[in-house]
Amino acid sequence: MSKIRKAAKEEKKKEIVRVACRLFAQRGYYNTTIPDIAEEMGMSVGNLYNYFKSKEELAKYIMQYSSRLLGEEIRKINEENIPTKEKIYKIVRKFFEIGQQQPELIEYFLRVFLSNREVFEEGCEGFLCVQEVVTELMLFLEEGARKGDLRQQDFFPAFVTLMGPLGGMVFLQGEKVLPKTPLEYSDELAENIWRALKAD
Amino acid sequence: MKTLLWIQGLTCNGNTQSVLNGENPSFYELLTKVRLLFHPAVSYREKLHNVVERIKKGKEKLDILVVEGAITGDERFGRAGKYSITELLDILSRKAEYIIAAGNCASFGNIPALYSGNPDVRGLQFRFEKKDGYLPPDFKTSSGYPVINITGCPVHPAWFTQTVMAIVEGKDIMLDRFNRPKELFMYLPHDGCIRNEYFEWKVESEEFGHKEGCLFYNLGCRGPLTHAPCNKVLWNRVSSKTRAGMSCLGCTEFDFPLRENYFETKKNIGIPEEVPLGVTKRAYITITGVAKTLKNERLTKKLEETD
Repeated sequence: MSKIRKAAKEEKKKEIVRVACRLFAQRGYYNTTIPDIAEEMGMSVGNLYNYFKSKEELAKYIMQYSSRLLGEEIRKINEENIPTKEKIYKIVRKFFEIGQQQPELIEYFLRVFLSNREVFEEGCEGFLCVQEVVTELMLFLEEGARKGDLRQQDFFPAFVTLMGPLGGMVFLQGEKVLPKTPLEYSDELAENIWRALKAD
Repeated sequence: MKTLLWIQGLTCNGNTQSVLNGENPSFYELLTKVRLLFHPAVSYREKLHNVVERIKKGKEKLDILVVEGAITGDERFGRAGKYSITELLDILSRKAEYIIAAGNCASFGNIPALYSGNPDVRGLQFRFEKKDGYLPPDFKTSSGYPVINITGCPVHPAWFTQTVMAIVEGKDIMLDRFNRPKELFMYLPHDGCIRNEYFEWKVESEEFGHKEGCLFYNLGCRGPLTHAPCNKVLWNRVSSKTRAGMSCLGCTEFDFPLRENYFETKKNIGIPEEVPLGVTKRAYITITGVAKTLKNERLTKKLEETD
């Protein structure tokens, strides 16, 4: 395949991901079919199968795609030469920014990935499909503790303290009970996470 | 036949003990290839003073000078006969065709250089990581080589004899940045470790002395971060620390006595502070995550219980 055709195919794949992600998040995984996605894309079902062999494959790909996207953003923050506290503020803000710009990605994580575990059993075990995000957060936490800014502890309590509140906020937004947008709560939440994780 | 003179600075004698345990060739076989002028633990007819005087006057050539132990000019801490260690070196370093530092003390200063009561303790050409040894950084013997460091605490007998034989045979010796022979120190104890499959799949040892598990993640093993062929050239020709279920202590590196908690892997929020040589922490964490998720069933059992 020529380079240009390959690039065009990649572009198309991204488009399918965005559309499918939105439909899955809105209607649920089982209520969305490949013909629904093809119709929304304005392409034939047969052609869509050229890009993804099955709905399951597409579902997993979406997860890896979002992980790469968010992982890349956290990586940029990780590589900045700024204090640990500021990094927490930036990570939280970035998470909610993505949530505001591409709400389907976060919705997908909560309402498809976490709610339909059977779909992701094979190929997305453990952290396999969210590897980039987890890796970047591990690097962030390790560096913070190495510099003496964060309290030493096991990885998982620290990880949940960082990520749990973010998911919680987005969940509440999905339930339409938040008076403000998550982004408006960003600094307050970041402060809480910082205080919970910081060294004494 | 090339001549060899062995002198000692501040030393526990460990490198001598080790070299005397050499096999294929043994230390005494080695003496059929080189003429021993003096060794403090072996020579009884000859006096060091007489040997040094002969070398000084040009009556005896000195081809290979071997130094064991750290260097100090302070006679309260070490001397050989009427010489301080540095006086001896001043005479001999100008005459020797090759100088070998046998072990970490002669190479880097090592444990004796930690002693706060004597700040004047160093290796021949290095003091820990820095080229701040007794001899100048650009020092070279008449052969064109700097001091050849055969590091280790102690040195492995085969590493020593192999280097001496390379000199006797007139082979080129390629050195690394700490002036150690590449041929030996381009390997890591990780290379050839029989626990490599456990390392790959991140199955960790929880206890010392077990056949199963990798010692890197919890028990402080320095195998993937240390330059030494311990699992290629085995100890006593049969084993190594990691084969016996004991962590590599990194004793061939300059920082060997500078580290703490040798039996515990330094971690921050559960993530190792240092990762194997050659990979970034990001790459290491990624591959670890994948390996831990995709289990190798065989490695979860005692070896005797595997099919």
